[in-house]
Order: sequence, then C-alpha cells, then structure tokens
Amino acid sequence: MSDASVALEIRDLHKSYGSLEVLKGISLQARDGDVISILGSSGSGKSTFLRCINLLEAPSSGLISMAGEQLRLKKGKAGDLEAADQKQLERMRAGIGFVFQNFNLWPHMTILENIIEAPISVLKRSKDEAIARAEELLKKVGLFEKRHNYPSQLSGGQQQRIAIARTLAMDPQVLLFDEPTSALDPELVNEVLNVMRDLASEGRTMLIVTHEMRFARDVSSQIVFLHQGRVEEIGPPEQVFGNPNSERCREFLSSHL
Amino acid sequence: MNWTWDVIFENLPKLLDGALLTLELVLISGLIGVMLSLPLALMRVSKRRWLQAFPFAYIFFFRGTPLLIQIFLVYYGASQFDVIRESALWPILREPYWCAIITFALHTAAYIAELLRGAIQSIPKGEIEAAKALGMSYPLMLRRIILPRAFGIMMPAYGNEVILMLKGSALASTITLLDLTGMARTIIARTYTPLEIFLAAGIIYLIISALIIGLFRMLENHFNRHQQAREKPQDLDAQH
Repeated sequence: MSDASVALEIRDLHKSYGSLEVLKGISLQARDGDVISILGSSGSGKSTFLRCINLLEAPSSGLISMAGEQLRLKKGKAGDLEAADQKQLERMRAGIGFVFQNFNLWPHMTILENIIEAPISVLKRSKDEAIARAEELLKKVGLFEKRHNYPSQLSGGQQQRIAIARTLAMDPQVLLFDEPTSALDPELVNEVLNVMRDLASEGRTMLIVTHEMRFARDVSSQIVFLHQGRVEEIGPPEQVFGNPNSERCREFLSSHL
Repeated sequence: MNWTWDVIFENLPKLLDGALLTLELVLISGLIGVMLSLPLALMRVSKRRWLQAFPFAYIFFFRGTPLLIQIFLVYYGASQFDVIRESALWPILREPYWCAIITFALHTAAYIAELLRGAIQSIPKGEIEAAKALGMSYPLMLRRIILPRAFGIMMPAYGNEVILMLKGSALASTITLLDLTGMARTIIARTYTPLEIFLAAGIIYLIISALIIGLFRMLENHFNRHQQAREKPQDLDAQH
C-alpha cells in the first residue's frame, strides 16, 4: 500500500469562523486506492474539513495538493484563503468528486441530463460520448430505467445513487463523500452503501465522512478520528476499532457500535 | 340612456389598430426590459458592495415613482437639455413612440430585476455547490444552472408583471400615442360615446390579458416540467 503514489495531500489545514477555530491543523495523505473514513462526533469539524479540500469552504491556512499538483492559494479579503488561479481550482475540482449529504441534483434536469451536464460543459466531451458513459454508470448504480425521470420522482436513496453516478461521470481521481447516507431513511441506507462498497473494491481513492461504523470498518484502509478540530487517532481499522490509543476515540466508538 | 352599439363596430378596426400598438409597446419594452434586468439582477446579487449600489438606486427610483411621472420626465424632460437635442439620440428621443418604449423598458426592468434577484437567491445553495464541485466556472453555472432555475421560479410572478405593464401601457396615450386607450379617447372625442367605446376597449384589454395569461401558463409548464413530473407523492423522503 505504501508504494502507491499520493493522490491527495492536505497539510496543516486550519479553519476559523471568526474567533472560533473549527479545524486546528489537520494533515492527511491519501494514496491511490486508499479508502479513508473520517469519524467524529458532530462539531468535530469533519464535514468542514472535507469541504475545505475543494474550497467549498475557504480554509484559513494550509496546503492542498492533488497528484503532486499544489492548489495555489492567496489571502482573500476576509482573511480566509481563496484560489489564486480560478482556472486551476476549476480543473482540480473537476478531478475531485464530491458527494453531498443532500444529493443536490438539479431539479430542472432529467437524471440523464444531470449526469451528462458537467462532462459536456466542463470536460468538453461530445454529447454521444457523455450519454454512453452516463448510461453505463446508470446501469452500474442500477437506475438505468430512471434516466428520463426528474430527481423529484426518485427516492432519497435513488437520488444519492444518481449523485454518485454524476460524480463518477467526471472520472475523478479522488472521491469525497460528505455523510452520504445521513439524510436517508434507514431502509434506504444500504443501497447507497452497496454502491460505495463496489467503488471501494474497484480500488478508487475515497475520503468518506460517515456515521456508519460497520461500513467504515469493512471498507476502509485507514480510519481518522477527529475531535475538536484535530486528528485524535489515525490508523488501520483493526487498530482504531480494536485497540484505540485515545480515550476519546474509545468512548466515541463504544457509544456508536 | 340610449346605447349606440353600431359605433363600436364602425370603429372596431381603429380600436384594433390601437390594440396592435399596445401589444407592440408591451412586447418590445418587455424584451428590452428582460435584457436590462439581467445585469441589474446579477449586480444586485453580487458580493461586492460597490456593484450592488447602482441597481439598488435604480430599482428604488423606478419602483418608487409613478410610471406617469417617468414617462413625462423622458418625454418632456429630455428636450430641455441642449446636449440631448443636439445629440444623435434626438431623432429617437423626440418620438413619443420611442419615449414610451424606453420608459416602459426601464420601468419594467426594475421590477423584473427584483423578481430575478429573489429567484436567484431562492435556489438552494446545495445546487450551486454541486455545480462548483464539478468544476463549473461562474458564467457556465449561470447559463446552465442558475438562470434556467431562476426563470422557472420567477415565471408566475413575471406573468403578473407583464399584465401590469399591459395596463400601465395605457399611459402612452398621455404623450399623444394612439394605443388602445389613446385611440378610444380619440374616437370618443368625435362620437361622444364614452360608455360604448371604453367598454369595447376594456374588453379588448381583457382578451389580451387572457392571451398573456395563457402564454405564461405554457411557459410555466415548460420551465417547470420537473414539477408536474412529481405525480406520485410516494417519495416524501426525496424532499429533504
């Protein structure tokens, strides 16, 4: 696992809202094929951390690089960092898939249109090529027959699977999942987790913020436990779940398993 | 009293001419208004304070003063300035037709800009974030996500605004234009049959309103296809 090249590296990431420091220097490295689950109680900063990676949230300081390319940042007016080169940010975002808690499909487009939009308009693929790829992905997430429906006609679990397909259509190098099953009814959680399990077994590089402990233990190569904006514990799942060093991590796990 | 119905039929061609001018005024000023409203609304939702100032003042003025005053300001006011009378714009600004078009366009642009601003701001933030996360640039997001969504959201209110402009266009008659109202008044001055002619004019306005309402129902259906699509209430969880 250690000879794989570095897909994503975050160094000393800080984020403050005014005087409240949410992230207090987080560093993380994901090698190709790593599946890293980020755990922590609410308010530990795990979603904020994930959103800072592709600048949906502006970090206060830190370094972000993908496949060896460092994202160029500059100080903005509010004191937070912003992209120094918007084009570079857009290119890197296109390579980082992001799956949201609330799916965030575009309601005015059909399922197929949702999936082919960015490949055509951002990656400049031909429409035929984008459709062929989209149909392939729709079959993969088991929703091919829904391609001409609108998002509002789908269940939450189906919408999330479409959102994953939309992200995969960009052929991203890294996938970020921000609590992808937290907005779902319990009976719909598994259909989404199964799709993610398949992706993990394909060797995709994934960072997952989740509350699904068993899933995290099964699929992850690394577990990161965040507490109050710091990495409290990091290691392979056997170690973190079996014998955590940190007392807080132990408490958290015992209350969630 | 004696009704003289014949007068309506005799003057119907003239009234229809007036109606045509009314339609023309509403349509052309409406199109210009939509085009003007776009940059106004975008400046209004901008994060930069100095960009917000102009549309704020513009909208404040045009929504806060009567359309009649605005039309007089353009029609009577513009000619007071030598600069304007000597400029290349004078052949346009001395025509009551163009004065009406310009005033209506500026007026409706303020209202449309407010509708558009409200619509843009009511798009759920997550939909914009999804576009950002896929690497879309701001102009691309605007064209593919934000504006199509915003038009769908504002369409019912915009239909309302067009109806208001249709009725407001009657003020064109105060600067000598023979729109539907102007034509009706001219006919009445000759025939002394205010009741019949105003009634006929009112009915024509009603018919035009009905046509506009129908048109906007079609537009709403087009922009909000996805909402009719939700025929089955099975997916309650799809809404949070």
